[in-house]
Order: sequence, then C-alpha cells, then structure tokens
Amino acid sequence: MARDDPVRRMRGGMFELRLDAGERDVLRGLPDQLRSLIEDEDPSSDPAMARLYPPAYLDDPIRNLEFEEMAGDDLTRGRLAAIERMKATVDAERLSEDDLLAWLSVSNDLRLVLGTRLEITEEPSDAEFPPQDPRAGAFALYAYLTWLVDAIVQALSA
Amino acid sequence: MAETITAPVKIEPPESDEVAEPDPPWIVIVWNDPVNLMSYVTWVFQKLFGYPRTKAEKLMMDVHTKGKAVVSSGTREKAEFDVSRLHAHGLWATMQKDV
Repeated sequence: MARDDPVRRMRGGMFELRLDAGERDVLRGLPDQLRSLIEDEDPSSDPAMARLYPPAYLDDPIRNLEFEEMAGDDLTRGRLAAIERMKATVDAERLSEDDLLAWLSVSNDLRLVLGTRLEITEEPSDAEFPPQDPRAGAFALYAYLTWLVDAIVQALSA
Repeated sequence: MAETITAPVKIEPPESDEVAEPDPPWIVIVWNDPVNLMSYVTWVFQKLFGYPRTKAEKLMMDVHTKGKAVVSSGTREKAEFDVSRLHAHGLWATMQKDV
C-alpha cells in the first residue's frame, strides 16, 4: 500500500486523515480488541501483555512490585483513554493532535501485541507468512499498522 | 498520563559529620526490540526528553546497533517517571544505579 501522505498536518494544528472505507472497517474493531486483551489477560501468563507492561528493574522483584503498584494503573488508564478516543474518532477525516496521539498509541500497542504473538524478527518478510499460513492475516494487519504508525510519526514530525 | 506519585522516602540519620558522598545517579536504559520502528523511537525520544533530532537519532541508532542506550539519568524518582513514560509509549525501558 504505497500511497503518499495518508496523514497530513494541516494549518491550525489539525491533521487530515485519508483512509478508505475498507481501512476504516478494519480499524473500527481494533480498539476493543486491545481493550479485551488489557482487561482479560495477565502479564505473568501472556507474553504480549508482558510486552505492554515490562519490568522497570531487571533484578529486583521487590522494587518491580512497588513500581507496578505505583505506575501500573496510570499505564492502564492511559491505554484505555487512548482506546476510547480512537473509537470515538475512527470515521473522522480530521483529527486533533491528541486524537492522532491516541491512534498512534493504540496502533503501536497492537503492533507490539501482534509482533510478540508472531515472534516477529527485525526484518520480517511476506515469505515468512505465505497466504496459506494461519498467521498470514495477523501478519497483514501487523504490516498495515507498521505503515500507519510510520505515516502518523512522519505527520507529527513534519 | 497522570503524574507519578512520589514514593515515601526513608530518611537515614547521618553517621558522622563527614559530608556524605552523593548517591550515584540512576540511569534509564532503552533496549532494542524487533517491533518498534526507528522513526517512532526517534520521535519518542524527542517528545519525552526534548532532545534535538540529531541526539534522538543517535540514541535510537545506539539502541538499534548496540542493543541498548542510556537515555536519561537522575534521582530514582525521576528515573521511575521516565521509565513509566517510556513504557506508556511501548518502549522496553529499565533503570539501574550507575555504578
């Protein structure tokens, strides 16, 4: 999908989002999928959740526990707020910067989840996930979100 | 994201009249991972720490090629705050004493 400028900074601090109806339909279901994962899964048993909630200390379980108690709820609150904001604006053609940051947060979190599930490597290729592979759909979504995240970062940096 | 709540600090009584050695600072390390995009990581360093683009790109390249980079340092509270912000952006960050 090589299109120019799917996300573009406009005058006045808003961003124009040029996505077609099929893409919107794919994106529509994603915030709730991330919400289900965050609400239902546990970092101690789910590697994707562990990737979203990494330890702050490599060798200090006590301090890690204290850190989780201090920062964990804020982390979840921030993620849920981004999920709600993306849901509310999934059909919008113009986004505020805060809206766009929410889209970026949800999209990048989902890349981390999919990347963990697919055991993605530094330079993944289509050849690793041929169409008959049951993981091909997840990889296609991962590749789409890679494209979207990069487009959002380019627009924010412009 | 909400502000970090400051953890209670245990006050140690001074042992002598000598001036205490200042505690070594805590450093915040970002580790390489195969998922986060180079453009995204650069943008996060600029946004969270206010680093100019050249410095953010150099840190990102250190993460990418050397496997990790020290991205900030300071008190334990500041390091925990920075780690929590990096986690909120999906980066794999840890903290340790700079020994």
